[in-house]
Amino acid sequence: MNFLEFLQQNWSELLALTREHLFLVSISTLFAVLIGVPLGILLTRKKSLQTPVLGVANILQTVPSLALFGLLIPIAYIGGIGAKTAIIALTLYSFLPIIRNTVAGISGVDAKVREAAVAMGMTDAQVLRQVELPLALPVILTGIRVAVVISVGVATIAAAVGAGGLGTYIFRGLRQNDNNLLLAGAISSAILALTADFALGKIEKLFALVRAENKSVNRRRKFITVGATALIVSLLGFSFISNFKSEISNSKAVSGIGNEKIRVGSKDFTESIVLAEILAQMLEKKGVSVERQFELGGNLAHDSLLSNQLDVYPEYTGTAFTAILKHQPITNPDAVYQQTKSEYAEKFNLVLSPSLGFSNDFAILVRGKVARDLNLKTISDAVPNAKNWQAGFGQDFMSRGDGYAGFARSYNFNFAKQPREMDLSLTYRALAAGQVDLIAGNSTDGLISALDLFQLEDDKKYFPPYQAVFIARKDSLQTLNETFEKLNNVISTEEMRRLNYEVDGNKRAARDVAGDWIKQKSF
Amino acid sequence: MTENAQTIVEFRNVNFQIGAAKILDDLNLQIEQGETLILLGESGCGKTTTLKLINRLIEPTAGEVFVEGKSTMDWDAIKLRRKIGYVLQEAGLFPHFSVERNVALVPSLENWDEAKKRKRVLEMLELVGLSPQKFAKRFPHELSGGQRQRIGVARALAANPSILLLDEPFGALDPITRMNLQKEFAALVKNLSKTTIFVTHDLREAILLGTRIALMEKGRIILLETPENFVESSQPLARAYLETISAMAKQRDSATNNTN
Repeated sequence: MNFLEFLQQNWSELLALTREHLFLVSISTLFAVLIGVPLGILLTRKKSLQTPVLGVANILQTVPSLALFGLLIPIAYIGGIGAKTAIIALTLYSFLPIIRNTVAGISGVDAKVREAAVAMGMTDAQVLRQVELPLALPVILTGIRVAVVISVGVATIAAAVGAGGLGTYIFRGLRQNDNNLLLAGAISSAILALTADFALGKIEKLFALVRAENKSVNRRRKFITVGATALIVSLLGFSFISNFKSEISNSKAVSGIGNEKIRVGSKDFTESIVLAEILAQMLEKKGVSVERQFELGGNLAHDSLLSNQLDVYPEYTGTAFTAILKHQPITNPDAVYQQTKSEYAEKFNLVLSPSLGFSNDFAILVRGKVARDLNLKTISDAVPNAKNWQAGFGQDFMSRGDGYAGFARSYNFNFAKQPREMDLSLTYRALAAGQVDLIAGNSTDGLISALDLFQLEDDKKYFPPYQAVFIARKDSLQTLNETFEKLNNVISTEEMRRLNYEVDGNKRAARDVAGDWIKQKSF
Repeated sequence: MTENAQTIVEFRNVNFQIGAAKILDDLNLQIEQGETLILLGESGCGKTTTLKLINRLIEPTAGEVFVEGKSTMDWDAIKLRRKIGYVLQEAGLFPHFSVERNVALVPSLENWDEAKKRKRVLEMLELVGLSPQKFAKRFPHELSGGQRQRIGVARALAANPSILLLDEPFGALDPITRMNLQKEFAALVKNLSKTTIFVTHDLREAILLGTRIALMEKGRIILLETPENFVESSQPLARAYLETISAMAKQRDSATNNTN
């Protein structure tokens, strides 16, 4: 599928994502202006506050965006997943340019003009409204423009906390190795940023012309200001109304079906989404209303379960055992399952479903051609070749307890160079393209057969087992239990690999792939 | 000044300090209704500080300033300022206001009705010698320095204040424009009979405009005289000021003699 065909087919989704993106940026900018401008004004009145407040705003700005989103998640009331968290994070990011420019703009007003204003008997409010703000306006507008451009960029990260927006395409594109998705997401957000920059720059210029003011400029200024305001208001109204509509239809769905409502989450990779979609659709068939919170990054899904923003999501026993319970990896699948189950119940009051039937273990992968040429079968076979090889691993594998360090030690691997650390989804592509020679992927990944990669056998049994299960809040178990039992041990590794490939390789929607599978199993 | 002249502004034992630095040191001064008092002195002598104490742009560290018999600290600052006209060096006009709006500033703050305001603006522009048709709609950056200063005076007079404060209003103008404005202003003040307090470091301006001259040094008034008595004074600083004028006169005389 070329890019234009892609656009034709996905036009409405792209528009919806752009609208979400615009919604996030405009709401957060609105908040940042409503809070930042008065705060900036206050700082010009109480100068002793300038250093601490601008210092805090400065620090907020330097927090990496993904980290800021992550930090907000566990905080009660303001955190969590969805648009709210994203809007708060974006608002925090927008503070610095807006506050700083408000202070700079007002402080930059000619001292003689301010003195005259006070001496003529203007009150502080009149000085501010009639003299300082109009004269500072171009500088304040510059601050707002900078904030908007930053926000359009940062808002792409919002997809990681389930807030939607164009980042959804970017993350999905990375995950599925799909250039069309990546381009659609990246180009759209770039166009959005440039358009906002250009439009706000125009408005700003008109206000800067205040000194060369004459009737025609005045009229044009009014015209453009009114036009821009109308545009912004209608865009906001549009996104509000459409968001509101979907809220209403959601609540209708809930009320129509009864009290049962389950919030299903997924992690941010294809398999997790497909599994979550299977569960969601089976629940919907039962008449349960489902709210989907998919594509959550890192341990976000787990945190959301704990903070009661989700009811259930797919997880792997090995991940729960090592990454969340912080145990050293062990290799007996049943032991891992049992210990995870009992500790989850005790520590988190969460329950594990029965195993779905497959494990998604770490898979040490090489190019198929290399494996055939060198006759490689096991990881041990590959060790002698490593001195000429470059390895590439996801951040996760590099840092976790059962990851790279222990792996290299137990197999006595010596790579030519330090392994390259990159996004997991990029490692497959890098391997296939010959940029790296060995990666650690997931054994159920559809790309393994699609890209002609070969999984080396873990002959020293280093990697712990990653059985797929659902993890749920205890209070939702009553609704979920029947479906959990139906899904007990029904998906094999090969089957999961095929489902993943339907999405990643054949570019089908996870929703359709899950639906077909359910039909085929005649649940 | 007549025998029964009324004191309209009075400084009583006024000190003004910024940290340890004494700007005004036990200042006592009475300003009579209708006079034009010149505050003369070098930069840093406290003359602008004295001016700003009158409309409470700053407040005394010790002592009191009385305006119309009431301490400035007992006045509502906003009310006080609106009845006192204020002209600064380089005018301090609002760059985003037209000439018309600049002049109408205090009347607008006082909520005059539109017709009255417009009429007053026209009067004021005529008064300072600028054609309303030509200038009312202009903006400050479209005016020359002298024109801006005229607008500054018009703005200060618009609400018909009883007291007018001027802080080196003609200081930044070229010599010819300055002289013209000084002459016109002298006539204007005479006609309006307002109490005027005028800060300058130019003795000729002081003699031309003042009914009394207060010579200031290091936060004190060291000489307070009518212009006639001032030129006769033996006070050393006053003499130094006078010499700047006579030196110029001598140079001019010798220059004329040489050409003859």
